[in-house]
Amino acid sequence: MKTFLFAKFVAAAAACLLTFGTAQASGGAGLQAANVSLDNVASMQRGARLFFNYCSGCHSLQYLRYSRIAEDLHLDPKDVEKNLVFTGVKVGEHANSHMPPADGTKWFGKAPPDLSLEARSKGSDWIYTYLKSFYLDPTRPLGWNNTLFANASMPNPLWELQGLQVAVPKAAEGGHEAGIERLDLRTPGRQTPEQFDQTVRDITAFLQYAAEPAALQRESMGVWVLLYLALFTFIAYLLKHEFWKDVH
Amino acid sequence: MGTTMTRIQSKNGVVNWIEDRLPIFSFLNSHTAGYYAPKNFNLWYYFGSLALLVLVNQILTGIFLTMNYKPSAAEVAPGVSAAFASVEYIMRDVSWGWLIRYMHSTGASLFFVVVYLHMFRGLMYGSYKKPRELVWILGMLIFLALMAEAFLGYVLPWGNMSFWGAKVIISLFGTIPWIGPSLVEWIMGDYLPADATLNRFFALHVIALPLVLLLLVVLHLAALHEVGSNNPDGVEIKEKKKPDGTPLDGIAFHPYYTVKDIFGTGFFLLIAAFIVFYAPTFGGWFLEHDNFVPANNLATPEHIKPVWYFTPFYAILRMVPSFFETAIWGVIAMFAAIVLLFLMPWLDRGKVKSVRYRGTGYKVALGFFALSFVMLGAVGAGVSAEMIPKLFGAEADSTMIENLFGRFWTFVYFGFFVFLWVYTHFGFEKTKPVPDRVTMHD
Amino acid sequence: MANDAVVDQGRRRFLTATTSVVGGAGVVLAAIPFVKSWEPSVAAKTAGAPVVADISKIEPGQKVTFAWRGLPVFVVNRTKAQLDALPGEDTKLRDPKSENAAQQPKYAQNEHRSIKPEWLVVTGLCTHLGCVPDFFPDLKPEPFDPNWKGGFYCPCHKSRYDMAGRVFDGVPAPANLAVPPYHFVDDTHILIGVDPGKEAA
Repeated sequence: MKTFLFAKFVAAAAACLLTFGTAQASGGAGLQAANVSLDNVASMQRGARLFFNYCSGCHSLQYLRYSRIAEDLHLDPKDVEKNLVFTGVKVGEHANSHMPPADGTKWFGKAPPDLSLEARSKGSDWIYTYLKSFYLDPTRPLGWNNTLFANASMPNPLWELQGLQVAVPKAAEGGHEAGIERLDLRTPGRQTPEQFDQTVRDITAFLQYAAEPAALQRESMGVWVLLYLALFTFIAYLLKHEFWKDVH
Repeated sequence: MGTTMTRIQSKNGVVNWIEDRLPIFSFLNSHTAGYYAPKNFNLWYYFGSLALLVLVNQILTGIFLTMNYKPSAAEVAPGVSAAFASVEYIMRDVSWGWLIRYMHSTGASLFFVVVYLHMFRGLMYGSYKKPRELVWILGMLIFLALMAEAFLGYVLPWGNMSFWGAKVIISLFGTIPWIGPSLVEWIMGDYLPADATLNRFFALHVIALPLVLLLLVVLHLAALHEVGSNNPDGVEIKEKKKPDGTPLDGIAFHPYYTVKDIFGTGFFLLIAAFIVFYAPTFGGWFLEHDNFVPANNLATPEHIKPVWYFTPFYAILRMVPSFFETAIWGVIAMFAAIVLLFLMPWLDRGKVKSVRYRGTGYKVALGFFALSFVMLGAVGAGVSAEMIPKLFGAEADSTMIENLFGRFWTFVYFGFFVFLWVYTHFGFEKTKPVPDRVTMHD
Repeated sequence: MANDAVVDQGRRRFLTATTSVVGGAGVVLAAIPFVKSWEPSVAAKTAGAPVVADISKIEPGQKVTFAWRGLPVFVVNRTKAQLDALPGEDTKLRDPKSENAAQQPKYAQNEHRSIKPEWLVVTGLCTHLGCVPDFFPDLKPEPFDPNWKGGFYCPCHKSRYDMAGRVFDGVPAPANLAVPPYHFVDDTHILIGVDPGKEAA
């Protein structure tokens, strides 16, 4: 229990230490905190289901094996094969999308990117905010736009859950082009806004995991390494202190 | 001689048999138990042994990485090279591959942390001065080789930062008059950083430069042991000797500094392990976010900048505008920033080594020099570009302010060397008396 | 320097030993990830997953080679004549009763070294130095053996095996051909790589 608490403390300290760098990398302003945690297995499990139902039609996780998901997220490989693998491959294979890149280019103007490392390159806050920032825009080819990533070619895959958002423009001031003040929910979806936040959080948590599955192993074993090194350093200090009595 | 070589007489016949043919144990003994170092080393004297520790780490983890890394830019999936995919393979499919890779990537950054601190130690205590000029120059050569080694390694994952980093750094050679453009093509073996570039960089990174580095490290240590270590008081301990010929203020490196360095190693590994296990990307400072995107020769990353340990030099490069229709001035300034360090033993004419007994002018100048290095690092890393709108408001001309700021610190950086020469050559420095013997502060 | 008399040599020796032992243990532990990184990776394990062999098209007396973990696995549909000849070979063999447990699972430790008598499943690698033996199914004199009753002959160093993959006495190969784990999924399919009654990994 104590080591567990120590691990929490260490992880929290690391999080504080790195806030500056991360904020800088993700572009800072305008992002909502995803608040995902690799400790929340249930959230990542839900996220996996959501991802394979709503995202995997277009997006691959080309470095992630289904069997790894089963192992890391404590799922039965049989269930994973039945519920998550829609492409007919074996459970040991990578989670590649069925969509050929050429079709993606034809339908969306740009092949949908692989998302294996999305959480590492853009950050979880970016993913979380992005998925919540779709709005109806009749000027776009597919009728959708996004406040975080203007003129994204991707339509809102979760619109049935979220409902339909519309942009409320800023009051135009002398000559400046009017920006977007906020997004309003015009037509409610199947989920309440709070439920939808959790849905997006779950997907984000899963993508955070998918970007670095080893993080689970890393964070759980790091404590033991640090405890060992603390012990070693302490003994080495005693040794040094003993020998240096000669010098002082 | 910094070391005393005495023939070991062992009870072990095998040892004596070897000793008669190759006095390897006598040699090792003379450089450990027979090497007398000043007894007043402080915290700053840990970084030399730590640099050696990191070098060993880099070589060991590097060897294991080469076992699974593929130096190929060939496409294995849409937009993904074999090199990039092999790094993810190491991170996901190779048992413990993630740990080995993080040890290597964290080691690279920590190498520069300890080397910069080690170099600053040299500046503080005058370790570059007579009779240690060669120790310093060999150290500077190690620093140069290390920068080349780090750059080459940074290219290998073939992420988008790798690609554009390679492109920009190689383009520096393009500013050389006449031969520049063809030199750039020759270095790349193509018209852009490509498969040939990656392959030769791999060869240089894993064998050529490590050999050079090891050789230089051996020479650095050999030169050091010949003249003996400096210390925080800048006192030559060999001038006061015991009847047995060993320095009065010297203690045997082994056991005293071996046990001390073992303790330092433990403490350092605690910090290193914390980073490896809980912050391997260090918030994007050690492993950059944009390098998790495969190399794309058609799109430069939005926040392009070198990895942190190059940012001070990169800032100098950026702060010097091009004129006379050539961009070479920035490149010259950047290299001058390093070359001037080589010349420290001759720029500094002061007789007193340690900052403890030097004039106030030197203390202030050295402080500003260190500050300029940090500030230029911040400029190069884009920290200042981000702070300016927050401090001066969104309407401020951030390019102008940043240039003003960056150029100020560039002047401070170079000003240090000019000041140092004037200050010491014309006798402006008012030094304090240097004690006869070393002083202990702990 | 302190007088040697006040130095606690016992404490020094104890601390030196403790640091060495704890440090040495750390070095050994740190070596584990490096050693383990040489194990087959997940990719190799996935590529080496069990394979289903369709045996419906294999005629009596015929051999088909399947690849499992990249290694050849021979599946032979033995004729009655070939099976009947097996007991007669016993005296010429090194391990006629398949007593070397490393060379086959329990369920293949019998006269015919297989689950079903007619279906021989063996790894097609000579136990001498790993060459792939040739298949000589006919019960007729061969240049290398005038009393040949069918079996395998290794071209590398002339080791001979009978129709159950049992090694002859007096040849370089030390052991019978290995039987991999396998079981019958149904009458016409064998799953190579998984013991009977176990789930595919």
